[in-house]
Amino acid sequence: MKEKLIEKTLMLLAFSAIGALLLMAVFIFKEGMPIIFKVGIKNFLFSTHWAPTKGHFGVSSMIVSSLFVTIGAMIIGVPLALACAITLAEFAPQRVTVILKPTIELLAGIPSVVYGFLGVVLLVPLIRDYLGGPGLSLLAASIILAIMILPTITSISIDAIKAVPYSYKEGSLALGATHWQTIRMVILKAARSGIITAIILGMARAIGETMAVIMVAGNALRLPQSPLSPVRTLTSNIALEMGYAAGDHRAALFATGIVLFVFIMVFNVSANIITKRWRRE
Amino acid sequence: MSKVIVENLNLFYGDFHCLKNNTLSIKERKITALIGPSGCGKSTLLRCLNRMNDLIEGVRITGRALIDGKDIYSRDINLIQLRKEVGMVFQKPNPFPLSVYDNVAYGPRVHGLYKTSKDAMEAVVAKSLSAVGLWEELKDRLDVSALNLALEQQQRLCIARLLAVEPSILLMDEPCSALDPFATLNIEELFLNLKEKYTIVIVTHNMQQAARVSDYTGFFLLGELIEFGNTKTLFVNPQNKLTEDYITGRFG
Repeated sequence: MKEKLIEKTLMLLAFSAIGALLLMAVFIFKEGMPIIFKVGIKNFLFSTHWAPTKGHFGVSSMIVSSLFVTIGAMIIGVPLALACAITLAEFAPQRVTVILKPTIELLAGIPSVVYGFLGVVLLVPLIRDYLGGPGLSLLAASIILAIMILPTITSISIDAIKAVPYSYKEGSLALGATHWQTIRMVILKAARSGIITAIILGMARAIGETMAVIMVAGNALRLPQSPLSPVRTLTSNIALEMGYAAGDHRAALFATGIVLFVFIMVFNVSANIITKRWRRE
Repeated sequence: MSKVIVENLNLFYGDFHCLKNNTLSIKERKITALIGPSGCGKSTLLRCLNRMNDLIEGVRITGRALIDGKDIYSRDINLIQLRKEVGMVFQKPNPFPLSVYDNVAYGPRVHGLYKTSKDAMEAVVAKSLSAVGLWEELKDRLDVSALNLALEQQQRLCIARLLAVEPSILLMDEPCSALDPFATLNIEELFLNLKEKYTIVIVTHNMQQAARVSDYTGFFLLGELIEFGNTKTLFVNPQNKLTEDYITGRFG
C-alpha cells in the first residue's frame, strides 16, 4: 500500500516535469505561430528586415548570426575539447586525470555572465586593438562560447573514449601500431558516435546561450559581413527586446523562440538517435 | 633450430613474483603449447615475448628473452618492429570495428607498407584471408563490418590480420576458449597448416588441445616451468610427479 503510494507520487512528479516542457512548448507555439502566419513563413524566415514597431518581422539575419556564432564556436572549441579528451583519456597519468577532469567540468559551473564580463574586459579590447573592428563581434562571441562548451564536449568524449573495449587497443598495439596510430585509427573510430553526440550537445548549448553572447557580440541587426562584424543572435534578440515589446512585437519574439526551439530540438533528437545507435553497437 | 630462447626470466608485478626463473627454448616452425592451471603464469610468459607486459604498470622483468639470438629486452630493440615480427592472437576475438578489408589492411597501413599500390594491398589482403581459409567465404563481403562475422570467422580474421604484416612468430593466448568445439577443431586444423611457415606458441588450459596440435609442451605451475619437452613424451611419460598429476586430472 505504502509502496504503491510512493510509486504513484514519483510517477506524478516525473510526469509533471514532462508536463512543464509540454506546456512551455504549447505556450510558445500558441503565442508565436499566429504572427508567423500573418507575415508569412517565407517572409519571416528569409527577410532580414526586422523593424517590429513598423511591422517588419524578418529574422533571417539573426538565424544566420546564431548559426555563424555556433559554427565559429565549434571550429574553435571542438579541436580544443577533443585534444583535452584524448589527452585525459589516453595520455595523462591517472593522478593528473583525477585532478584535471573535475577542473574542466568546473568550467560548466561558472555563470555565463562571468564569461561575458571577462569577454568584455579582456577579449573585446584585444580583438579591437589587434584585428580591428569594434571588438564586439561574431569572433568574440564564438571564442567565449568555445570555452563555455569545452566541458560538455570534453567530458562526454572522455566517457566515449573510455568506453572503447581495451581489447581493441591491445590488438592494435600487438600489431606494432604506435599509441597515436591506435588512437587515430581504432579508438576514435570506435568512439565516433559518442564524440558526435558530445559535439551536438555542445552545439545545442552554444546556440541557446544568451547572456555571454549579448555582452560580447555587439548586437547589430545586420547580416554579418566578416568575423569582426557585430551580430545579434536569436537569443539576444529576445532578451534585448522583451522589456518593451507588446502586441505583434511580443508575438514576434515568441516566434523567434519557436525558431530556437526547433534548432535545439533537432540537435537533441539527433544526439539521442546517435547515442542509441552507439549503445546498440 | 631454436627461434626463441628464454633464459632465467623472472617477472614481478609489484611485490608479486609471477614468473620464477623460466628457461626454455622454442623451436622454429613447430607448435609449442604452454599448459597449466589458471594463474600459473603461462599467459604472462607469452606476453613477455612481444613485450605486451610493458603496458602494465609496476611490472619488472629480469633475465633474457632472445628471438633469433637478439635480446628483446635490450635497450636498442625496436618495439614496433618486434611486434610486427611477433604477432599475437587473444582469448576473445578482437577484430577492430572496421570492415573486413580494413581489419586486414590495418597492419600494413600502420607499418607504412604498400602505400603507393592499391593492387599490392588488395593482394596482401586476399593472400592473408586465403591463408586462414576466409577468402572464399568473404571475398564478396570485404566491406561488411568485422563485428558482424561469426566468432570463429572473427578469430580467423584476427589471425589473417597478423599474417598481413608477415610475422615469423605467432603467439596464441587461449585462442579457442571463446569458440564452440567444432570451431575449435577448425582453428586447430588451421594451426597445423600455419606451422609450415610460422613458429607458433599457444597458451591453452585445454590439455587435449595441447596434445592434439603441439610438438612441444611446457607445464607451468605457480610461475615455475615444471616440465618442458616433446609433447608425446610429456603426455605419455611425464618425468615430474606434478605434471603427471595435472595431466591425469588430479588437480587443476
